[in-house]
Amino acid sequence: MNILVCISRVPDTASRILVGSDGKNIDTQGIKFVVNPYDEFAIEEGLRLREKNGGTVTAIVVGTEASKDVLRTALAMGVDKAVLVKGKEPDDSFYVAKNLAEYAKGISPDLILLGRQSVDYDSRQMASALGELLGLPSISVVSKLTIENGKATAEKDIEGGKEVVEASLPCLISCQKGLNDPRYPKLPDIMKAKSKPIEEIVPIETQNKVTILGMSMPSKKRVGKILGAEDSDIDELVKLLHEEAKVI
Amino acid sequence: MFKFGFTEEQLMLRDMVFDFAENELKPVAAKIDHDEKIPDEIIKKIGELGLLGAAFPEEYGGSGFGEVGYCLVQEGIGSACLSTATFVGAHVSIGTNSIYIGGDEELKQRYLPLLTSGQKIAAFALTEQGAGSDAFNLKTKAELDGNEWVINGEKLWITNGPIADVFAVYARTKKGISAFVVEKGTPGFTPGAPEKKMGIKGSQTSTLTFDNVRVPKENMIGREGHGFLIAMKTLDAGRLGLGAACLGGMKSLLKMTTQYAKERKQFDQPIANFQSVQNMLAEMAMEIYVVESILYRTAVDYDDKTMIGRQAAMVKHIASEASCKVADLAMQVHGGMGFSKELPIERYYRDARINKIFEGTNEIQKGIIARDVLKRNGQM
Ligand SMILES: Cc1cc2nc3c(=O)[nH]c(=O)nc-3n(C[C@H](O)[C@H](O)[C@H](O)COP(=O)(O)OP(=O)(O)OC[C@H]3O[C@@H](n4cnc5c(N)ncnc54)[C@H](O)[C@@H]3O)c2cc1C
Repeated sequence: MNILVCISRVPDTASRILVGSDGKNIDTQGIKFVVNPYDEFAIEEGLRLREKNGGTVTAIVVGTEASKDVLRTALAMGVDKAVLVKGKEPDDSFYVAKNLAEYAKGISPDLILLGRQSVDYDSRQMASALGELLGLPSISVVSKLTIENGKATAEKDIEGGKEVVEASLPCLISCQKGLNDPRYPKLPDIMKAKSKPIEEIVPIETQNKVTILGMSMPSKKRVGKILGAEDSDIDELVKLLHEEAKVI
Repeated sequence: MFKFGFTEEQLMLRDMVFDFAENELKPVAAKIDHDEKIPDEIIKKIGELGLLGAAFPEEYGGSGFGEVGYCLVQEGIGSACLSTATFVGAHVSIGTNSIYIGGDEELKQRYLPLLTSGQKIAAFALTEQGAGSDAFNLKTKAELDGNEWVINGEKLWITNGPIADVFAVYARTKKGISAFVVEKGTPGFTPGAPEKKMGIKGSQTSTLTFDNVRVPKENMIGREGHGFLIAMKTLDAGRLGLGAACLGGMKSLLKMTTQYAKERKQFDQPIANFQSVQNMLAEMAMEIYVVESILYRTAVDYDDKTMIGRQAAMVKHIASEASCKVADLAMQVHGGMGFSKELPIERYYRDARINKIFEGTNEIQKGIIARDVLKRNGQM
């Protein structure tokens, strides 16, 4: 079973983000970049499927020279092969999808895994765009996956519950928290990752479908809301936490 | 000119250890302190991830990250749990290192792969009732009888004593002090019960008694009479790891303390607004910066084989004094909450204190430094 895992390089979620001087990018100074957390679930799932069924796992990133660090992390976790589509700093989902699709066509993987979204731009388009470009079934936000007899059975989180769906391979799966517990790379594997090759590919240039016009910091937090102190206010509190604050 | 920066793989190692410490160790650190025991699963996981083999070459089952890598490991583990860092320190930098530094090839092949992978746990047994700072005065005896060494005596304060499988034991022979590997279960060899301690409670320390303990001739580490030299060289590496664990602990304390100072309000404002509190935060940051700088600079020299003994002694002294000071300041900024068991500050405070005492007291470190200063006529 050959698996392609698409990953991206994003600022560590603990970083303090500031808008850069051009007003269209973030200021990357002092920011630590990591593998997109949702992509870690994709890498882990790929490795587990390989451990069970054999085959290879290839990790690919569309990015710049700097993106090599996330490929090294993927290699240290255990992927067999790492590919860098090396061009401009990607700023348009279509450009990324087009380049991922191009590589995928060349190797015809049985399964493509990716995170449900990148926590930098949060566009949540990749699984659908890639599925469309490749003409493959695409299942998003998967928190449980079984591959058997050429079929993928996936459990998805839906509003207020779960849904189980099925698609035949080859297909695309976008991974959600809960799918697995990504492994820590082991020290000997971190050391070995240094000397493993990273294949570099020249990107296909595309016309941006979407262009970034500007970025700004969120407005200051609003002051808290104070409800009454009666038992009857609890329902209102729960409702507001759910609907307004969206924390439960 | 002197330039310092971590390599890409050192940074990956650091990220991995800090992730592990944050997610797996921090949540159980209070329990480790309370139960006075590190859970077996944690020890197993630390071994499986290769954290016990960072310092050693691949041919012995390590990953070749050297002393810098080992210090990164100890910094990460120390940031979450100083009991666990003490366990790792005794296992790696003084237990396993006694064999790595002193042993012949056969002994290294026999023991190192088991130790670097964590399949077996090591300890370092030098101290005795009458031989603490004056370690050279140790009385445990080993006599050759045919093809076996027969060991008699008692050791005190041996970290990992109750849990280790492989002990590097220092004993007196005809030609001076010599080192031996003694395995758990050898007849006549008995580790005592864990001592009750003020801090690093999860790290178990005990006596070891040797009553006609017979070990094969091949279990001597290095040559007869070379034991004291092996012990001193081994402790050099240990002192850097100790500094690294202190550094990790201090960094955690500064994070927690800064956050607390911003959140805690008195006189209608965050206490972080008061200059006295700011001064304490600044003092903490300065101590941390000094320790981080000298630690990794010295670890690089260690890996380049240019480090001299006084450098390790300085790191040990400066880092342990700094960590006690930083823990004290952290408690002061936290006020009563720092003294409460509800927060981990008091644990870090208790755990910091041992570092001024073990692996050679700070007075002994000053002696090492001063002797070298005198020898070099004050030349740095
Ligand atoms: C928790 C714990 C874990 C330990 N783990 C290990 C271990 O794994 N293996 C091991 O072998 N040992 C271990 N030790 C022993 C430790 O290294 C000794 O406790 C330490 O070296 C000090 O010896 P001592 O306790 O006998 O103190 P002493 O030597 O009695 O010192 C008492 C005081 O006198 C001072 N002093 C002594 N001699 C001099 C001098 N010449 N000049 C100036 N001041 C002096 C000391 O600095 C100290 O302040 C451990 C100890 C503890 C508490």
